[in-house]
Amino acid sequence: MTSEKNDFKREMLSALPSLRAFAMSLIGRHDRADDLVQDTIMKAWAKQDHFEMGTNMKAWLFTILRNELYSQMRKRGREVQDSDGHFTESLAHHPEQYGSLDLQDFRKALETLPPDQREAIILVGASGFSYEEAATICGCALGTIKSRVNRARQRLQDILQVKGENDYGPDETSAPITSRAFVS
Amino acid sequence: MKYKSGAGRATGTTLWTEDPNAQIAAKLKALYQSVQEEAIPSRFLDLLEKLDAAEQQSALQGRE
Repeated sequence: MTSEKNDFKREMLSALPSLRAFAMSLIGRHDRADDLVQDTIMKAWAKQDHFEMGTNMKAWLFTILRNELYSQMRKRGREVQDSDGHFTESLAHHPEQYGSLDLQDFRKALETLPPDQREAIILVGASGFSYEEAATICGCALGTIKSRVNRARQRLQDILQVKGENDYGPDETSAPITSRAFVS
Repeated sequence: MKYKSGAGRATGTTLWTEDPNAQIAAKLKALYQSVQEEAIPSRFLDLLEKLDAAEQQSALQGRE
């Protein structure tokens, strides 16, 4: 009983760096991301009886964090819905948060994506989840995740290619670019 | 980015500039890892300790 408790805590600790990176990638600000991680820890702790040791703790925590984020967004309404411009702007005040200018540009491009596409490409492209796991975390069909990842990738390509010419350009109406690496 | 050696040019430029998907994947991972590699802030370690302590406390009281 006690050792199971310790295992739970230890596994949670080991998932925290990735959980923070996920929150940060979704939200774009350290303070808000860490507040969300804290809420997630509390929620997960309260629900730990629902967690089966030996199953995927990381996926479980990511699911809680994601649900918590969207529930907070619903509560706050427009304030957070309008996050893209706000977060992008806030980034200008924290240029030291990301190593290179190159990454800052990429971060800004990432923030122009619709939230569902952003989370999909992060889960699959950076968090190391399979499409199946990402679909479970997001509570949607496998095909939906695949198409979100593809659209995210195309849009990032468009943005990063047109950047500088017309400042991020129109949006997804730009000519589609065939993507290869993310086709599974 | 310029490569001085022939070997660097053959591998580096092919991977890096000719496949936009690989470029995007690499940047996404770099961004993610920049946060993931940070030390866990002490607020979270403290929080877990507190949650743990509170639970042990209530478990003890429950037994009495």
